[in-house]
Amino acid sequence: MKRHFLSLMCAAAAVAALAGCGEKVQTGHAITGDAPAYAGSGSNFTAPGWKAGDRTSWEQETKARMLYGQNEYTRIR
Amino acid sequence: MARMKFICDAERCIECNSCVTACKNEHEVPWGVNRRRVVTLNDGVPGEKSISVACMHCSDAPCMAVCPVNCFYRTDEGVVLHDKDVCIGCGYCSYACPFGAPQFPSQGTFGVRGKMDKCTFCAGGPETHGSQAEFEKYGRNRLAEGKLPACAEMCSTKALLAGDGDVVADIFRNRVVQRGKGAEVWGWGTAYGSRQAGQPPQGGKS
Repeated sequence: MKRHFLSLMCAAAAVAALAGCGEKVQTGHAITGDAPAYAGSGSNFTAPGWKAGDRTSWEQETKARMLYGQNEYTRIR
Repeated sequence: MARMKFICDAERCIECNSCVTACKNEHEVPWGVNRRRVVTLNDGVPGEKSISVACMHCSDAPCMAVCPVNCFYRTDEGVVLHDKDVCIGCGYCSYACPFGAPQFPSQGTFGVRGKMDKCTFCAGGPETHGSQAEFEKYGRNRLAEGKLPACAEMCSTKALLAGDGDVVADIFRNRVVQRGKGAEVWGWGTAYGSRQAGQPPQGGKS
């Protein structure tokens, strides 16, 4: 009887240990942000005048769109 | 680069709703969901003002603070985005937002499991830039195309300005100097701190 109980305990321990192997890692969430905008999207509709991956050219392109597209005081002078 | 910000110039907004239309068209936002809307203050009374309102991508975003599953994140450009795969649609962000930006669609792609939807500053989401998955969940990613938000670029009177906070504040300040009035920017202090647009920094939030 005692031997039977021991073997049952061993089996239960083995099942518990194996169950741990099937667990997926739970880290809550892991949003650390996505790729930066200047990395580009590969879209055919990408604005000309800048190069994907080049942060400086992306900043210049968006700044130019602000200054010449949204500020008529610079457009009329 | 400074943070991306919105300014709505109430002296110029003519309540044409082209920003609303541009947004819905660009991102194929379904019926019942308005990421942007035009609000008129003192409607019908002399001196009424209209302003275009959407997520302002706050410096200290209350939606980020209250989200129980922490689905919000901020990009390098200061744009507040969220992950719809993490969102549980609880609506806390809706109560916390001073601008009423979070939307809860009930049908279509955006309605899957009641995910929250809001303005992305045309910066998509955490999916691969330009991918179909990103478009279906968050809309088009114009920033990654080197463009600015469609609402601001479509604005006929240039009342709505979007882009680098320092640059749009300079544009607005120049307007105020030229016209000699209308220096108040609705929502600026709430979203980005107490100082008005174009004023020198006084420490704290930018």
